[in-house]
Amino acid sequence: MISVTINGQPQELEVSPETPILWVLRDFLALTGTRFGCGMGLCGACTVHLDGTAIRSCVTPISVAAGKNITSIESIENDSVGQRVQQAWMDEAVAQCGYCQGGQIMSAVSLLTTTPQPTDEQIDNAMSGNLCRCGTYPRIRKAIHRAAGTESLSTHTNGSQVQANDTLFREVKV
Amino acid sequence: MKTSDNRDQALQLANVSRRSFLKGIAASGALVLAVSWDPATAESEPRKYGADYMAHGWVDNPNIFIRVARDGQVTIINHRGEMGQGIRTSLVMVMADEMGADWQQVHVEQAIANEEKYGNQDTDGSRSMRHWFEPLRRAGAAARTMLEQAAANQWQVPVSECRTDVHAVVHTPSQRTLSFGSLAAAAAELPVPARQSLTLKTPDQWRYIMRTSNQPLAIDGMDINQGKALYAADMRVDNMLYAVIARPPSYGSRVKNVDASKALAIAGVVKVLELPSVTQPSGFEPLGGVAVLAEHTWAAIQGRNALRIEWDDSPAGDNAHYDSEAFRASLESKATQPGKPVRQVGDFSQAQRDSAQHLTATYYAPHLAQAPMEPMAALVSIQGDHAEVWSSVQNPQATRDGVAKRLGLKASNVTVNCALMGGAFGRKAKPDFVFEAADLSKAMGGRPVRVQWTREDDLHHSFYHTVALQHMEGTLDHNGQVSGWLHRILAPSISSQFAPDSGHLSDRELTQGIRNMPFDIPAIQQETGEALGHVRIGWFRSVYNIPHAFAIQSFVAELANAAGQDHKAFLLELLGPDRQIDPRTQGENWNYSEDPSRYPIDIKRYKNVIERVTQEADWGKTMPPNRGLGLAVHHSFVSYCAIVMDVEVTPTGDVIVHQADIAFDCGPQINPDRVRAQMEGACVMGIGIALMTEITAKNGRVQQDNFHQYLIPRINQVPRTIRVHAVNSDLDVPLGGAGEPGLPPVAPALCNAIFAASGKRIRSLPVADQLKS
Ligand code: FES
Ligand code: FES
Repeated sequence: MISVTINGQPQELEVSPETPILWVLRDFLALTGTRFGCGMGLCGACTVHLDGTAIRSCVTPISVAAGKNITSIESIENDSVGQRVQQAWMDEAVAQCGYCQGGQIMSAVSLLTTTPQPTDEQIDNAMSGNLCRCGTYPRIRKAIHRAAGTESLSTHTNGSQVQANDTLFREVKV
Repeated sequence: MKTSDNRDQALQLANVSRRSFLKGIAASGALVLAVSWDPATAESEPRKYGADYMAHGWVDNPNIFIRVARDGQVTIINHRGEMGQGIRTSLVMVMADEMGADWQQVHVEQAIANEEKYGNQDTDGSRSMRHWFEPLRRAGAAARTMLEQAAANQWQVPVSECRTDVHAVVHTPSQRTLSFGSLAAAAAELPVPARQSLTLKTPDQWRYIMRTSNQPLAIDGMDINQGKALYAADMRVDNMLYAVIARPPSYGSRVKNVDASKALAIAGVVKVLELPSVTQPSGFEPLGGVAVLAEHTWAAIQGRNALRIEWDDSPAGDNAHYDSEAFRASLESKATQPGKPVRQVGDFSQAQRDSAQHLTATYYAPHLAQAPMEPMAALVSIQGDHAEVWSSVQNPQATRDGVAKRLGLKASNVTVNCALMGGAFGRKAKPDFVFEAADLSKAMGGRPVRVQWTREDDLHHSFYHTVALQHMEGTLDHNGQVSGWLHRILAPSISSQFAPDSGHLSDRELTQGIRNMPFDIPAIQQETGEALGHVRIGWFRSVYNIPHAFAIQSFVAELANAAGQDHKAFLLELLGPDRQIDPRTQGENWNYSEDPSRYPIDIKRYKNVIERVTQEADWGKTMPPNRGLGLAVHHSFVSYCAIVMDVEVTPTGDVIVHQADIAFDCGPQINPDRVRAQMEGACVMGIGIALMTEITAKNGRVQQDNFHQYLIPRINQVPRTIRVHAVNSDLDVPLGGAGEPGLPPVAPALCNAIFAASGKRIRSLPVADQLKS
C-alpha cells in the first residue's frame, strides 16, 4: 500500500512499488492526460509535477512519490500559472495533434513558477526535454512569452503575413 | 439537417442524385484497399478526378452532417481523421459558416467508419479540404436554406424576404427573427433543396472561412490543454486486457520457440499468445510474434521483457541480413549503369557531347520512421457477430473492412470509433495494429483487448519511408544554360508492400516530383534503377517528394554554382517562360488524382512563391561570416512551396538554423492559421530530416530503439523565427493540399544554405556530423 496525494486527493494505492507513476495514473486511476511517448525519459509527454517539480513519470516509480503530491495536467488549471499557460496555449493556437501538449504545459508551468520571465535560452533549457513531432515549437515559445507577459523579449517574430485584404474576396467557383 | 431527436426521418430525406452516384461507385467498393496505392485501378471506366475519384466519393446531404436541436445546439459531424491538421475545426467551420451557425453553439461529433454514408474518409494525400470544401459548403448552404424556408412558412412570407443572421433567421422587412432552435423541428420536415437551387454565401458574407482574424477557436484546443482529449490509448471498457507484442525482428521472420514461463510469473500477466507470421508481400497484415496480455500496461511490458524467444529468420530471406550501409553501396554501384527509361526529351548524350560543362552528383536519403508522438494503440471487443473498434486511424473504412474480413463478420457489423490521432504522418494509414487487437480479442473469446505499441515497437516495425539513391547528371552549354538533365533513381517502391517487388518505382511514385518536373531543358532523361525493399515500405508525409526534391533542388543549386550564376536567377531561368503545363504531356497521368485541366503545372505559381520568399528573406543581402541563405522550391499535392533558410555553420561544424521563410500557395486558404501551422510543423520535421533523423539497419534489425537514437528536432534546434508567407491565389484557383507540400523543399533549402555558409555540399542525408571533420 502506497499513500500518495494525486491532484489534491489522498490515495492509497495497491500497486507494486516499482510501477512507473505514468501507468499508475493512466491504467489504475484513468487519468489519461499524462501520455506515453517513449518510456525512457526522452520525450516529456509523461511530465507531471512531484511536489511542484516537473518529472518524467514514465521512469519514476510510484514508490518515490510516497507521502508526496503528484499534480497532473488534469488539475493544473487550479494553479494560477497553470491557468495562464493554458490560456496562452489557446491564444497562440499551439496544439496540433495535442499529444505532447500536456507534457509541454507541465514543463512550461514548472519553468514559469521558478522563472516568471524566462529568456529564450531559459525556455530552450527548460523545454528541450519535451518533443513535439508536429513541430509546434515556435508557438510554444510564443505562448510561454505570452503567459510571462514578455512578448517583447521574444526574438521570435510573427510567423505569418497574409497579403490579401481580409474582407475582399472574389467568389470561389464551385 | 435534422432535429437531433429525429434520426430516422433524416434517412428518408436522402438526396436522390447522391443515391444514383453511390450506385455507380458501388461496384468498385471492394477495391478500397487497392485504390489507395494502385494507379492502374479501373482504367476501363471513364476517368474521374478529385473527390469523385476516391472510394465512395463525396456526400453533400445536410441530413448526414448537420443536426439542430430545439435548444439551438448545432451538432456537426466530422467524418475525416483528425491527426493534428485541425480538420475537426476546419471542415466543421465550413459548414457552420455556410449555414450561419454561431461557433459558440456548435458541437462536433466524430463519425464512425461508414463511407457508404459519409463518402470517402481515407485521410491522407492532403485531400480533406481540397475534396470536401465544396460538398460541405453545399451541405451548410442547404441547411441554411431549409431554416430560412421554415421561417418563411411560419411567417407566411416569401422566402426571398428572409435571410440568415448569426444563428437565427431574420425577416428583412419586419426585422422579426426566429432562432435556429425554434426552427429546427419545422426545418427538419422540409425536403433537402436541389443542389442546383442552392445560393452559396459570397465570400464577404463568410464570418470564419478564410479569415485571418476572427478565427474560430480550435474545437479540441482546451480539451488538449487540460488533458481531456481522448486518443486511442485512452479508450477503456470493462474487463479489458492490455496487450504488448514482441514482433519478429526482421520483416518475415517468425517464432521458432518461446519460453513464456518467466513472463507468466509476473503479477498481472494473464496470458501469452503466439501470433501467426506473415508472408510477403504482407500489405497491412500484422507481423505476428508473441503477445503478452495483462491487467495493465506495465505488467504487459514487463511480461514481454521476460519472454525468451528464439526467432527463425529463414522465412525472411534477404531481409534477415539487411544492412542499410551495404545496401547503399550496392545502389551506388548500380546507379552508374543505365536504368529503365521513365521519360525522355531530346538526346542527353548529344547534350553531353556538346556541353561546356558536365556535372555528376549522387544523392542519398535514408529510411525514416513517421514516429507519431502517440505510439499505435487499438482496442477491439467482439460480442457475438458484432465487433467494436476504438482506435486512431487515418483510414477508418479500410480498418472496418479489414477487421470484418479477418473476423468473418459483415462489415456493417463492425463499428470503428475514431479517436484523435496523436500524430500519424502516414503511419496510421496502415491498420496493422488494429488487426492485432482484433486477432487477440478473437483468441480471447471476444474479450476486449487493447494493444499498446511502445516507441521501440514503432521504430522497429514501421512501414518505413523509402531509402533513395539518386544519380544526377547535368550539362551546361557555352552560355551557362542547362542543356541536359539526367535523373536516375534507385529506391524501393511502396508497391513492394502489396505485390511482388518489381524493384522499380511505380508510376505514381515517379509523379511525385520526377515526371512532373517543370524545367524547360532541351534534353531530359529520367530513369529508374532496381532497388528491392527489405523492410516494410510505406507512406510518410510527402512520400517520394522528399528524396526527389532533395536531389533536384540541390542539383539545380550545384549547376547554378558551376555556371557562376545566382541560384535564384538560375532557377527562374530553368523554369522557363510562364506557362501552364498539362502534366499528361510529360507522361504524368496521376496529378494527385486531380483533373489536369483544373490543376495544370503552373510555372507562374512556381515563380510567385520563389519571388515572394526571396523578397521576404532579402535574398542577395550580405551575410555575416559562416552564414548563408539557401533556396528551394517544390510543387506537390497540387500546391507550390518555396523556402529560404538562413543557416550558420560554426567553425566546429555545428549547424544553426537562424530563420526559415516559407512562401506557400495552396490556392485559397480556408483556415489560414491551420495552413500556417502545417507549414511551421513541416519546417521543423524537415529540419530533422536534413540534420539528424535516420533509420538504419544491420543484420536485418533496425538499429534505432528510441528517441536517444532516432533523433527528431527539439525546441533548441529549430529556428526561433519561422515565417510563413501566404501567396494568395485568386479565389478561382482550385484548392491545393496543405499538410504535406511544406516538407519536401526544407532539406534542400537547408543544404543549399549550408553550401552558401561553408562551401560544403551535402549530398547525403542527414547532415549528422558530416561537417565536423
Ligand atoms: S514517456 Fe516519459 S519521457 Fe517519454
Ligand atoms: S502537437 Fe503533436 S506532438 Fe506536439
